[in-house]
Amino acid sequence: MSSSRIAPGSVAIVGAAETTRLGVIPDMSQIQLHADAALNALADAGLKPTDIDGIATAGETPVTLAHYLGITPSWVDGTSVGGCSFMIHVRHATAAITAGLCRTVLVTHGESGRSGIGRNRAAPGPSSLFGQFEAPFGPMGPPTLFTIPVLRYLKTYGVTEEELAMVAVVQREWAGKNPRATFKDPITVDDVLGSRMVAYPFRLLMCCLVTDGGGALILTAADRARDFPTKPVYILGTGESVETPMVSQMADFTSSRAFRVSGANAFASAGIAHGDVDHLMIYDAFAHLPIFGLEDLGFLAPGEAAAFIAGRNTAPGGKLPLNTNGGGLSYMHSGMYGMYALQESVRQMRGIAPAQVPGAAISVCHGVGGMFAASGTVIMSNERP
Amino acid sequence: MAEPRRARPEPTPETRHYWEGTRLGELRLQRCDDCAETYFPPRPFCPKCGSRRVAVVKASGRGRLYSYVIHHRPVPGFTPPYAIAVVELEEGPRLMTNITGCAQTPEALVLDMPVEVAFEKLDDEITLPLFQPVRE
Repeated sequence: MSSSRIAPGSVAIVGAAETTRLGVIPDMSQIQLHADAALNALADAGLKPTDIDGIATAGETPVTLAHYLGITPSWVDGTSVGGCSFMIHVRHATAAITAGLCRTVLVTHGESGRSGIGRNRAAPGPSSLFGQFEAPFGPMGPPTLFTIPVLRYLKTYGVTEEELAMVAVVQREWAGKNPRATFKDPITVDDVLGSRMVAYPFRLLMCCLVTDGGGALILTAADRARDFPTKPVYILGTGESVETPMVSQMADFTSSRAFRVSGANAFASAGIAHGDVDHLMIYDAFAHLPIFGLEDLGFLAPGEAAAFIAGRNTAPGGKLPLNTNGGGLSYMHSGMYGMYALQESVRQMRGIAPAQVPGAAISVCHGVGGMFAASGTVIMSNERP
Repeated sequence: MAEPRRARPEPTPETRHYWEGTRLGELRLQRCDDCAETYFPPRPFCPKCGSRRVAVVKASGRGRLYSYVIHHRPVPGFTPPYAIAVVELEEGPRLMTNITGCAQTPEALVLDMPVEVAFEKLDDEITLPLFQPVRE
């Protein structure tokens, strides 16, 4: 573990917004989804594109984004390691602002995941490690790869498919409170287990949505943050890591190395304890992700998380509110969902979330990239330490 | 019209010995001469200690079913439902594969059951290491 020399609260999020619409947006290309979110975030912060001197993005290159928005930045970050790239951008931006490399950073996400308009996504070729050692055995995207470790996890800890299904049930309860959620109607464990089998043990309702959308954040030094129109959300600590491009090569099928490194560094740099956390987001591309996240972030011991969720501890009214926007399972999921988890943490810290956690002052936002390939964690607060 | 086929791997200089092995009916791993780590996938150095002093070794071809999913949607070269599995070899490394010679059901695919390699020829250059249950 590395100890950060960035003081908690040195940098703040002063602008945050999603695209005006989420869901099915066939009239907008992917780069325009980035721009729509960026313009909304700039308006939120009372800024113009020319006020931005640092940009970070994934999915599109920062070159494309800078040109499209008319920005000539003095700092760029194109880290693109999947859906947690934006958590890592926040971490890198925090370091860059603190070091004086730039003053005001724009982080954008936009993805035409559903409509596929203007999408430029290259699959790994047949000579890549994935192409040689996984692709020949018939995987078809994340539902058949991200899910591979789960039977081993269930057997190791005696977890049931019903408990796995409860993750989706509880998150739908949160989604029911969110007018922007794609799916809001309550579901039961029987509904989840009876939904179409995709890749046993995963049924359709254990898998994330596929939608169009985007989001953007603006960060600057905390000393400037009070000059902006919105309530500043301070970055307390961050973490990042990567493990493997092949899920079959994860060191431990019951735990993510990247999660453990990223989470531990985020907590250490924030200088907080798990009991201080009021609100939690864990990127849920599939129903097992919150289980792995709760354990690998250190909230629970290995094997405890499924029963913790099934026992309604993360549900509305529970002691650890988790994925309060409804998550990738019910809110939206464009492909690189991490940005939407960050947006919900910011809303909770501003006190404006549709399912607001009363008095929440510290939020942990944890992302995954690829199929347990990468991880990024951001801990934020509405109070400057 | 040709039958749709599964994705075909394309060897690189660092992996050619592995694919040459499967073509000859051998499952090849690599072992570090310095720290004794046995590893997969192929690369000309040890991922544990960084040593370039590594040797190609022949694996027993035996292992156990470590984890899997049963995919229910069509993919070129496969008839659903079919299992995408990970086998843990006796020597330690794990690899992705398919399980042949048994029903593709949770009842037939029991975690930790012993399996052995069953080579499947794709063409003159590429043979894939699939696995089958060990018969008593």
